[in-house]
Order: sequence, then structure tokens, then C-alpha cells
Amino acid sequence: MHGDFIGVVFDGIAFGSLLFVIAVGLSVTLGLMNFVNLAHGSFAMLGGYVCVVLMSALRVPFLLTLPAAFVAAAAAGLVLERTLYRRLYHASPLDQVLFSIGVVFISIAGATYVFGSSQQPVRLPGYLQGQVRVAGHDFGVYRIFLVAVVALLTIALEYVIRRTRFGSLLRASVDHATAAAGLGIDVGRVFALAFALGSGLAGLGGGLAIDVLGLDPTFPLKYMVDFLLVVAVGGAGSVRGPLIAALILGVFDVAGKYYVPELGGFAVYALMIAMLLRFPLGLHGRLG
Amino acid sequence: MAGSAERREPPRRAAAPAPRRGSLSDGRWRPLEVAFWAGTLAAYFAFPAWHVLGSQILITGLFAVSLDIVLGYAGIVSLGHAAFFGVGAYVAGLLAANGWHEPLSALGAAALAAAVAGYLASFLVVRGTDLTRLTVTLGIGLMLWEAANRASSITGGVDGLSGVTLAPILGRWTFDLRGDVAYAYALVVVFAVFTGVRRIVSSPFGRSLVGIRESSTRMAAIGAPVERRLRAAFTLGAAIAGIAGALIAQTTQFVGIDALSFERSAEVLVMLVLGGAGRLYGGLVGALVFMVAQNGLAGIDPVYWQFWLGCLLVVVVLFFREGILGGAANLAARARGRRR
Repeated sequence: MHGDFIGVVFDGIAFGSLLFVIAVGLSVTLGLMNFVNLAHGSFAMLGGYVCVVLMSALRVPFLLTLPAAFVAAAAAGLVLERTLYRRLYHASPLDQVLFSIGVVFISIAGATYVFGSSQQPVRLPGYLQGQVRVAGHDFGVYRIFLVAVVALLTIALEYVIRRTRFGSLLRASVDHATAAAGLGIDVGRVFALAFALGSGLAGLGGGLAIDVLGLDPTFPLKYMVDFLLVVAVGGAGSVRGPLIAALILGVFDVAGKYYVPELGGFAVYALMIAMLLRFPLGLHGRLG
Repeated sequence: MAGSAERREPPRRAAAPAPRRGSLSDGRWRPLEVAFWAGTLAAYFAFPAWHVLGSQILITGLFAVSLDIVLGYAGIVSLGHAAFFGVGAYVAGLLAANGWHEPLSALGAAALAAAVAGYLASFLVVRGTDLTRLTVTLGIGLMLWEAANRASSITGGVDGLSGVTLAPILGRWTFDLRGDVAYAYALVVVFAVFTGVRRIVSSPFGRSLVGIRESSTRMAAIGAPVERRLRAAFTLGAAIAGIAGALIAQTTQFVGIDALSFERSAEVLVMLVLGGAGRLYGGLVGALVFMVAQNGLAGIDPVYWQFWLGCLLVVVVLFFREGILGGAANLAARARGRRR
């Protein structure tokens, strides 16, 4: 595949970018609402299935299915937040964990019921397939596409949080929900929108991930620990922290599996646990 | 134990509804407890056709009790408790499959191995926030699963470890297919371990765990070594989980890799919460209700079972927070209040 170090690192960056898109919403719910939402991967899975169904049944082009994945997952997130999640914002982490594991199990059973337990195939359009040769190194076109999409998303997200009105409302609600509410900010609405945004990004990531991570009903469980690690190591509530953590995790995971296949995932988990012990609050303390 | 009655009720607080939970227990077995254990014994004679399921319920109940020490008493949310169950199961299974057929010593070895694993893991788990604990316990569980999967030449990988043959217990009782000996063996071991746990949680050590769960900063302020206590609780929970795992390996004479799976960690969490976390009998009652329901529902379709499990979790969290025992205690308290 790729015999060279740069190719491996690039693949790792692409994998990390993908983890970041999916996990950044988890960082928001965890840091902003203090909600341990283990079901975050379920929203990503929903996005993935939306892409697959649109492509195979309705022949929608791949690129157009991605916004649909975002919208579907965001809508699902909004509905669930308004009906169920909001009741648990002040519950203990144990309750939140149990509740969201329940959501994971329901989503797995639902996906198995509707789509069967097999891997979903995805056919990328021709212009996203193959390799390009730059300065003597081969890069997968789809990997380049992933990195570009994530770079754009990160810039957009930073812009939304730092420069827009919604961003300042969000930061205010997070810093001190009571004071923000006292100033007339509808904190509940801000949280609902943030939850929907995070779920939507997960859905988008789920769509992007089909070709790299695969898609089957166990998706939310299989990658749960990766999403959690990205957020825990990066620092819940921040955007840059999870980005850095996701890139580190991605690069070391791919490099570890390539250079020391016997170790498999161990090296990267050990590294992440070591980082967790070094930075118990994450690389990046709070939103910023 | 019974002689050192230490329950001194301050007269002013006599009207408070629940002074009992805070005070040191006198160690006497209450009538309900006696009835519970008599029931497990009576079940041996009443349901001879169900000994296999019964032994698994007892063992899973012990596993839930081990999580109760970690979660219900010490307040550490763990998503990877199956790691220690699996360590115990594999140690007992591997010993029996490789020539060491004596069951009781294997049980001890499994407990020791799980305790060592738990002690090492406790250094990673005890520090940090709830999120860190969740992530680290989940990660430890996944890593052990992966290790067992990769070392398939030793563990049998996803096919499971077979060839577990055991010598008769104490040279007298041979494990039979109907599960008669398995049930009796499980009952004796579970009861013995449970008696120890019962003693420990009502000891000053156990009370200090509850204190830490309620407020670790205050406990630190009055001089309790918070981290050391939590590490001890985690190690104890791991050791007992290891015993439960070893019991499963010995009574079924097989170790599946699902002994280490996340589903098992999640299920035991569900059982404990269903029964009532932080209550001595919560794990046992939860395992009983859960496994009887599972036995009925999973027979229909395993996918549906996962669906119902998910619904159960959501409903328990939203509406039924204190579990079966907590709900029963509330009802009893209300009935008592009405009588007054």
C-alpha cells in the first residue's frame, strides 16, 4: 500500500480527522452540558445509513448525501435532546451512562432489524477513488478529500464559536448557565441547538467514515472508546483539544498497526492512557 | 460480632426515618436475609431441572455484588468490570485445561490474579474525573478482550477455551451435566464470599467508602486516605469478580471470549442498577430478575433482547432510579409512615 513514512502519517491524519468530526460533538455535549453521551456514535451510524440508503435506493450522488446525513442526525439529536436528554442534564454520570448505553443498544437492535447485521457497501464516485502522486509519495484521493473537509469544518466551527452571536451565547451558557439565564439567554434553547449541531457533525462524520471505518450495526460500540479517548484526552468542551488528540490517536494508531502489527491497538491505547494520566483534564481545559 | 452491638441512636434523631443506613450494623442476619438464603437453598430442591440456570444466576449475582463494591459503595463508575471477571475465568479455565484439575485452589488463584490485575488497574482508575474513569475502564476492558483474541493459541480466541476438565470438589463431588453439583458449589462459594462482603461493607472501611462516594473532599478533610481506600475497594471488587469468573468457567467447563466483552460489563451494570446499587442485595436481586427475564425473552430472538435491554435501561434511569430494592424500601417506609 504505502511503503513510506509520509504515506503512513498522512493516512493517520485522515483517520484522525474522521475521529475528530465525529467526536467534536461529544466534546460539546460533555464539556458544555456535562453530559456523558455514550450514544454519540449512534448519531454517526444514523448518518452513515442515511448516506447508504440515499445512494443505493435513490441514486443520490455521494457528495449530496453528506448534507442529508448531517440534517438527519441533527434532527434526531434535536428531538431526543428535547424529549429525553434534557431530563438528565443534572443527573449523575452513572445515570447518563446507563441511559446512553440504553440508547446505543436500541439503535444497534434497530439498525440490525432494518438493515441486517452485515457491512454496508459504499461506492465512492470515480473522482474520489484512486491515488495521486505528489513529490514521490502516493496519497489516496479520498484521504485528501477527508482532510480537506475536516480542515474546512474546523475553521467553520472555530468561527461559529468565536465570532458569531450563537457562539457567544453558547460560551456564556457554558461558563455560567445561571448567570446566562439571568441575562435573558434561553439556555435550554442554546443547549438544544448545540446538541443538534454536535449530532449533525457526528452524522456527517458517519457518512464520511463508511469507506474508512465501515458501517454495520455495531458501529456505535466499536468506536465508542475512540470517541471517548479523543474527548477525554483532548479536553471536554474544547474544539482544538480534541482535534489535536484525534490527530495523535489517528497517526499513532495507523503507524502502530503498520510498523508493529503484533501490538495492534495496544500501543495507541497505552499512549492515550498515559496522556490521560499526565493531563487529567485534557490537553485543552475548556472551550477555547 | 453479635455481642458488640454498637448501634447507639442519638435520642434527638430518633424520629428520622432512616438512621439505620448511616450507623454501623450489629452484624445480625435480618429475617429477610435469612429468608433469601433459605430460598436459594430451597430452590435446589424445588427446581431440580433449573440447576444450570440457577447456578449462573448465583454466579452472576456475585459478579454484580463485586461491581457494587466498586460502584455502589465506592462510587467509581466502571465500564470495564468484565475485565476482571474474564481474568478470573481464563485463569481458572487455563489451569484446568492444562493439567491443574483441582477446583478450589484454582478459585483462589483466579481471585489472586484478578486482584493483582485490579490493583494495577486501580492506579489508573482512581485518579481523574468520572469521564477519565469511564474511558480508562472501558479501554482496559477492550485491551484485555483484544489480548485474549490475539493470544488465540492459548485462549482459543473467539472459539472459546474448551477442554476444561475438573477433578471432583474435595475429592468427593464430581461436576455433572444436570448442574446439581454446580448449583451447590456455586451456592456455597457465593454465600461464603457474600458473607465476607457483608462484613466488609458494614465495617468502618465500608462506611468510609460510602463517605468518599458522598463527598471525597470532606472525607479527605477528616483524614481518610481517599485514594488508598478507593484502590482497596477497586482491588476487592476485582478479586470477587475474578472468583465469579472462575466459578462460571468451572461450572460450565468452558470459557468464551465474551467473558471479557463490553456487553458483559454493561449487563452487570444494568443488573446492579436494576436491583439497586449501593445495597448489599441489589446485585443478587438484579441478577435474578435480569436473568430470568433474559432467559424468557432471549429465547424468542437475541436482537429483540438487546432492544428490550436498551429500553429497560432508559426506563430504569428515567423512572425507576433506585432499583427494585430501593423502590421496595420506599414503599415500606411509606407504609410505616402511614401506620404512625
